[in-house]
Amino acid sequence: MSKFRASGNKELPPISTASLPDIVFMLLFFFMVTTTMREVTLNVKVKLPNATELSKLEKKSLVSYIYIGEPLKQWQAKFGIAPRIQLNDQFAGVADISNFVIAEREARDEAERPQMITSLKVDENTKMGIVADVKQELRKAAALHINYSSRKKP
Amino acid sequence: MSKKMPEVPAASLADIAFMLLIFFLVTTTMDVDSGLERRLPQWVEEQQDEEVDVKERNIFVVLVNRNNDLLVENEWTNIGELREKAKEFMANPADDVNLPEKEPKEIPFFGEVMVTKGVISLSNDLDTKYGTYIAVQNELVAAINELRDELAKSKFQKSYKDLEKEQQDAIRDIYPSRISEAEPKKRN
Repeated sequence: MSKFRASGNKELPPISTASLPDIVFMLLFFFMVTTTMREVTLNVKVKLPNATELSKLEKKSLVSYIYIGEPLKQWQAKFGIAPRIQLNDQFAGVADISNFVIAEREARDEAERPQMITSLKVDENTKMGIVADVKQELRKAAALHINYSSRKKP
Repeated sequence: MSKKMPEVPAASLADIAFMLLIFFLVTTTMDVDSGLERRLPQWVEEQQDEEVDVKERNIFVVLVNRNNDLLVENEWTNIGELREKAKEFMANPADDVNLPEKEPKEIPFFGEVMVTKGVISLSNDLDTKYGTYIAVQNELVAAINELRDELAKSKFQKSYKDLEKEQQDAIRDIYPSRISEAEPKKRN
């Protein structure tokens, strides 16, 4: 009949899956490059405030984080609902900040230490009292470069 | 005739790659960390009582109370008006006697320019909400950034962030970011 059926082979050839690993690897590399792993599990609720004049934190490795906010539900029985400070994975007091800053500083190369930034991730309903205390401690520890973490105003 | 090595089956390669892919998909967070960048003043040991002599007209006083109300230069103000007021203060286009003085300064690209001596002073109550504090900070930073941007547009026909570093430095010298924060007062 028509010349398209001339071969006589009625079955469709299977689609080659040989290039599937390549495609998947490409996706994989994309996500590996863009990913940033969460280093800490948050014990406090942090809803960041909105702002417009944002600057990005470029070098992740030079940033240390201080979280302030209400403890999460499972911690409220133990710590109450007053805003608390979280350093690394645990709750901390204002007095622990200087040690935290020193430990963070020790963990970096000497050449990079002047560029270190402390990022304050503070819940927007927190009172300024505790934030002011933290700032005073940071000044005492000479961690003067700070970043008030905030969300882009829509 | 040489013996052929048996080929390694590559069929499971896709499965392994998929597994890794799913792992990274789950753990990935795309958000970029950003925020308001500030520098804290150097810590000084208990010598707050020596007053720095700054004239009244050179200070832009912003007070935020515990109910998150704003008092700007002794006037109740909405947060929406703060940016305009701060801009007017820092620029002082009409050389108003109630707005800050200016001093001549030699600046690259511009020659001799009158540079403002104004300082923004921000103080807040310990019970002020952090969200309000950030909103106020944001408006003040925005005011300075807008002034810089306007100057950059009129001088170089480019927005501030597209300028060369030396040009940015020159503009930063004309509109310095001088926001001073008062030490928190202990309430008795």
